[in-house]
Amino acid sequence: MKKLCFYFQIHQPDRLRVFRFFDIGKDSHYYDDFVNRTILRRIASKCYLPMNDLILKAIQESKGKFKVAFSITGSVLEQFERYSPEVIDSFRALAATGNVEFLCETCNHSLSSLKSENEFRHQVLKHKATIERYFGVTPVTFRNTELIYSNSIGKTVYDLGFKTILTEGARHILGWKSPNYIYNNEAKSSQKLLLRNYTLSDDIAFRFAGSGLTAEQFVAKVNAEEGDIVNLFMDYETFGEHQSAESGIFDFMRALPKAALAAGIKFVTPSEAASGIKSIGALSVPQPISWADEERDVTAWLGNELQQDAFNKLYSLVEKLSIIDNADLWADFGRLQESDHFYYMCTKFFSDGDVHKYFNPYDTPYEAFINYMNVLSDFIIRVNDEYATKH
Amino acid sequence: MFGWEFPPHIAGGLGTACEGIVKGLAYNGVESIFVMPSATGDEDQSATRIINASDVAVESFTGTVDEFLDKVKFIHVDSNLIPYADPEEFSKIVEDERARQIKDFRVSFGQKYKFSGKYGANLLEEVARYAMVGGTIAMQHKDEFDIIHAHDWLTYLAGIAAKELTGKPLVVHVHATSFDRGTDDMVDSRVYAIERRGMEAADRVVTVSDLTRGIVINKYGIDPSKVVTVHNAVDFSGRENLEVERGVRDKVVTFLGRITFQKGPEYFIEAAAKVLKRTKGVRFVMAGSGDMMNRAIRMVARMGISDRFHFTGFLRGADVQKMFALSDVYIMPSVSEPFGISPLEAMRTGVPSIISHQSGAAEVLRYALKVDFWDVDAMADDIYALLTYPALSRFAAAQGYDEVNELKWNNATAKLKSVYESVLAQ
Repeated sequence: MKKLCFYFQIHQPDRLRVFRFFDIGKDSHYYDDFVNRTILRRIASKCYLPMNDLILKAIQESKGKFKVAFSITGSVLEQFERYSPEVIDSFRALAATGNVEFLCETCNHSLSSLKSENEFRHQVLKHKATIERYFGVTPVTFRNTELIYSNSIGKTVYDLGFKTILTEGARHILGWKSPNYIYNNEAKSSQKLLLRNYTLSDDIAFRFAGSGLTAEQFVAKVNAEEGDIVNLFMDYETFGEHQSAESGIFDFMRALPKAALAAGIKFVTPSEAASGIKSIGALSVPQPISWADEERDVTAWLGNELQQDAFNKLYSLVEKLSIIDNADLWADFGRLQESDHFYYMCTKFFSDGDVHKYFNPYDTPYEAFINYMNVLSDFIIRVNDEYATKH
Repeated sequence: MFGWEFPPHIAGGLGTACEGIVKGLAYNGVESIFVMPSATGDEDQSATRIINASDVAVESFTGTVDEFLDKVKFIHVDSNLIPYADPEEFSKIVEDERARQIKDFRVSFGQKYKFSGKYGANLLEEVARYAMVGGTIAMQHKDEFDIIHAHDWLTYLAGIAAKELTGKPLVVHVHATSFDRGTDDMVDSRVYAIERRGMEAADRVVTVSDLTRGIVINKYGIDPSKVVTVHNAVDFSGRENLEVERGVRDKVVTFLGRITFQKGPEYFIEAAAKVLKRTKGVRFVMAGSGDMMNRAIRMVARMGISDRFHFTGFLRGADVQKMFALSDVYIMPSVSEPFGISPLEAMRTGVPSIISHQSGAAEVLRYALKVDFWDVDAMADDIYALLTYPALSRFAAAQGYDEVNELKWNNATAKLKSVYESVLAQ
């Protein structure tokens, strides 16, 4: 029996306000609250609330046979609480069905796994505690920011208690192999890997509008795939935001559970998949992979010298922050780690330029860099001041 | 006097200089009529009479103007030639131009031509039309003036037309040359041709510095005996220095200007990196925008100093004053600068300044520190010294303040008046 595993990513960045050089050292509120609130409320009403409702009904109508997983970042949870608390209630309602798995990731959708193991652990444990606090469940499956994965990242996460991890079914890693099986970490054989089937995932996430795809056609595609399991991993904003309601995406998703169950497909959560299916072998991933762009690597965030310099400057503060251990500074440090800030500085405008532009509030990567560095300069001053008073 | 712009609506330093000149001339007892392509009516006319060329119909033509018409047909342009605009303005201009859909290039007799008075894509067209309107205006006011004075290449053709129609002597004023806008092998030949034509037709060529005088003589082949330097000045009347609360305790070293090759931004970055190796309590600011800005940002990131090197983008009005007020050291590492008014403004704000020997301002400022633009070691040395030795920075600030307050247009225009007198005596 073919298994289908849905996982949806929910994240919104804390977009920075225009922060001038003149503001450095004077004003330490970094965020554009108006824009963040406006965007969050818009997406809540267009996507999160109607889609949660749809999923809840699908679970009820299927008598518990429909299952999904969510990964909700600490950054967006904080924004929900502030601007749209009803979204949290609707996720709690989903949690109460027992058919929804909540995954663990870095609390602030950060790239810390690529730079600082200490901060990475800190971010993961912070997110774990956040999920426990909001939904009363302890996450057991891990997905890293942008599905970034390598052997060693997997191992770090395993040490934190996560025996299952999600990543991209990247062509350059798989070669002739299929993403539709369970693999295990080369460096830690008892850790299982679930790989995203990007062809079928992107049929929904990127190519749905105008394709005329029906639930029945899609189910037939799933059944035609080889292997044990088809993993459909995508941004939750696909529904109603990237693919508008007019495209018929909600009708499609409403019809999909019934059509799949009728065709003998079984829905599983990631942890169920990992415990119910045997690994067919180890997958070697020495260099980090991700689900982004054609290259499926990390160059969207750390591909140019601007991104690298900003990134190195940010993480050079970890040691001082640990010594100071100040809640406000930790909170801002978390938000400044959001991968989105680095994404805005990306200069890869050619192959994936359209996607990049869609997500970017800045006109140019240079503006993004200047603004971020002004904010970071202010933050560094605060860290150094606090450090000086403690020593 | 033919100009292109006049405060308050200005894009570059040309209009400000023209205002200083007419006011200074008035002080020295010289009356002036200032013709500009597009006046808005809110210009200060206390020192001069402003004639708006857009209000004047072209009525009569003689043989010489026919010659101009041929010239006009010849220089029909579609390029975006914009000498003084900053990038923000540039993109706006390009968009405006697209909307305008440059019309068929015909000169309508007996009609007024609405000049934009900007530096748009149809600049050469405007320059040519301005010449014909300028000639007409000169004829209409033939008995009211003794001498024709044209500021920068945009107005040279108007100056020549006026001279040929009225037979009065022409002085052209060189505020900048093509060689200050491009590199030697990237000079716009159409602009160069107009510049040269104006200088050759002129009875006297006034340059804003000896540096520019050298360019006029060597690159345009003008007879040295008719090229005179009158250094620029600056009008600080009614100007209060801003009190600004500083957000950073570190010292601030500022570069303010267009980020283009001529301004030497890369030398500043290299010097900054050298200073930062030695001392930490300093931040560097590059204020402005330009075609080298992105390259500069990448260079800063590559050197790993972006937490100490900040970009503000293009600054306007009060933000410029604020930037000076926040600065401890001002630097102008220009590769080629006909004069360069910004260090004067910095020094007037009490900020010690480092300028390159390759700027006209270096000829008049004794209390600015001077280095060659390529000598980043010397530049770093001077920055470090001004940051570290209070005695030096206090001295440079105090002396510099007094010095720039002495650079008055009244004195500069007294020299200009003597130039006029020598022309009329011929």
